[in-house]
Amino acid sequence: MIIATATPWSGVSSLLLPALGQTAAMVGIVMSIVVVLGLPLGLLIFNTSPRGLTPHPQVHASISWIANLGRSLPFLVLMATVIPFTQLVVNTTIGIKAAIIPMSLAGIPFFARLVENAVREIPRTRLDVGIASGASVLQVVRTIQLTEALPGIVAGLSLNIIAMIEYSAIAGAIGAGGLGYLAVNYGYEQFDSHIMISCIVVLVLIVQIVQFGGDRIVRSLTH
Amino acid sequence: MIEVTALTKRYGSLTVLDGVDFAVQAGEIAAVVGPSGAGKSTLARCINLLEKPTSGSILVDGKDLTRLSRGELRSARRAIGTVFQSASLLQRLTAAENVALPMRYLDISHGERVRRVHELLDRVGMLHRAKHYPSQMSGGQQQRIGLARGLALKPSVLLADEPTSGLDPQTTSSILKLLAELRDELRVAVVLITHEMDVVRNVADSVARLHEGKIIERGSVAEVVRSSDSELARALLPLPPGSAGNHEAGVWQLRYERPDVDPAWLTSVARELDADISVLAGLIETIDDGGAAGRLTVRIERSLAATEVRAAFASRGIHAKQGSIARADEPDPEAEAEEPTEALVRSAA
Repeated sequence: MIIATATPWSGVSSLLLPALGQTAAMVGIVMSIVVVLGLPLGLLIFNTSPRGLTPHPQVHASISWIANLGRSLPFLVLMATVIPFTQLVVNTTIGIKAAIIPMSLAGIPFFARLVENAVREIPRTRLDVGIASGASVLQVVRTIQLTEALPGIVAGLSLNIIAMIEYSAIAGAIGAGGLGYLAVNYGYEQFDSHIMISCIVVLVLIVQIVQFGGDRIVRSLTH
Repeated sequence: MIEVTALTKRYGSLTVLDGVDFAVQAGEIAAVVGPSGAGKSTLARCINLLEKPTSGSILVDGKDLTRLSRGELRSARRAIGTVFQSASLLQRLTAAENVALPMRYLDISHGERVRRVHELLDRVGMLHRAKHYPSQMSGGQQQRIGLARGLALKPSVLLADEPTSGLDPQTTSSILKLLAELRDELRVAVVLITHEMDVVRNVADSVARLHEGKIIERGSVAEVVRSSDSELARALLPLPPGSAGNHEAGVWQLRYERPDVDPAWLTSVARELDADISVLAGLIETIDDGGAAGRLTVRIERSLAATEVRAAFASRGIHAKQGSIARADEPDPEAEAEEPTEALVRSAA
């Protein structure tokens, strides 16, 4: 017989806060990698497309295919698939370090597509303005594409952070820790309703704050 | 000045521009007109080298831009400023930042940039909007900023691609007035690409008609409207719909052939012919050279010899032709056959 023994409310925070910290660390590290690699990848996907600054059908088709590959697998499957790679890169298959690899692999193509979409929204004549004024390709990217698409990229960023919070919970399955791990191990396995409720409330709050904050920033960037 | 010679652009087997020639002198506004699909926007994109022409040359101040390497082209582009359709301002930059943009690409110092932006915004009357974003400005104000940006690098050629499309008539005329002022003060050669005939009549010095990739008619605006009844002439100075039937007796088509037609010609001709004259339709305007241009349909209410009528009008600088004339939107092969319309209307073929 299983007896549900909920952690007393007073003890919840000592479990919750470290878990929150782990989630924040995971998402933070992953998002830095995602932005550093996903942003150029998204720009490359758009600019090698027929509407881009340097159309190149073969390059476009290849990187587009790779980006789709990363997005086509459900995260749990992706995580299991890349275990050998994870082992190779971080020399472990459990814990936060191990979670960062599959999360980045899922996050980079996701963000690249969001960046591509944001840049695609810029009317062609605005790019022509740069080229006709004597800008180099890199100058057009920096001064026109990134500048004009910034609100769209920030909106993509909040979407991506929320997706990564979700993935971090799934990564809890490989012992990555964090709120998802806490909810599954205490709330689900041990019927600890206090932990379960706390985790849910905190997750909902985080997502709301990220979305609200993201929207605020987007508004302030849009003129 | 800019000189375009035998400019051809093909996309695969599709020929969009077929041996286009024209030249624009400093201080001249040359309009290129034509229906959509005639190749106007391709021509614009070839002139500012956003598209590489298949063959032909584009000489700006004696330098052939089509023969430059990519690197050379970047700095040569400063000779051609472009004013884009609907201004195409960057939405996240202020008016001043938009004007400064081309200067940032060419390593012009910050101090010089600030000074030049101030000067340009002042010139287009937009100094009070320097810190505004495009979304806070009207279409006309945005296009003023677009003009300032096009002039930022002190180009010798200004390419204006449908600069007034989407603007109301009043704003259009203020933009055109500004364009004419800039032409006169800065002595730039302006290539004005448009489908609006009012724009051409109001501001252009010369006009070329592009049709299926070829320039099939050209001349100074004054010459075209005063000395021919060609399709371009009828489009530039359209005759409003009148009440006369096509072959009604006594109906005459009149066209001002001289800029100094006596405005009292109607009464003086009526007196000379001893006949009442009814005006059925007409359009008389002052064009860019300060003279008048006019096109009218009248009915002479008395049976007279055609030669007599023609002579009476001719002595007052008015060309008269019996019968109705086809309107600009109808083909009128007869009119062109009757008058090979001087040397100014050349066929490119």
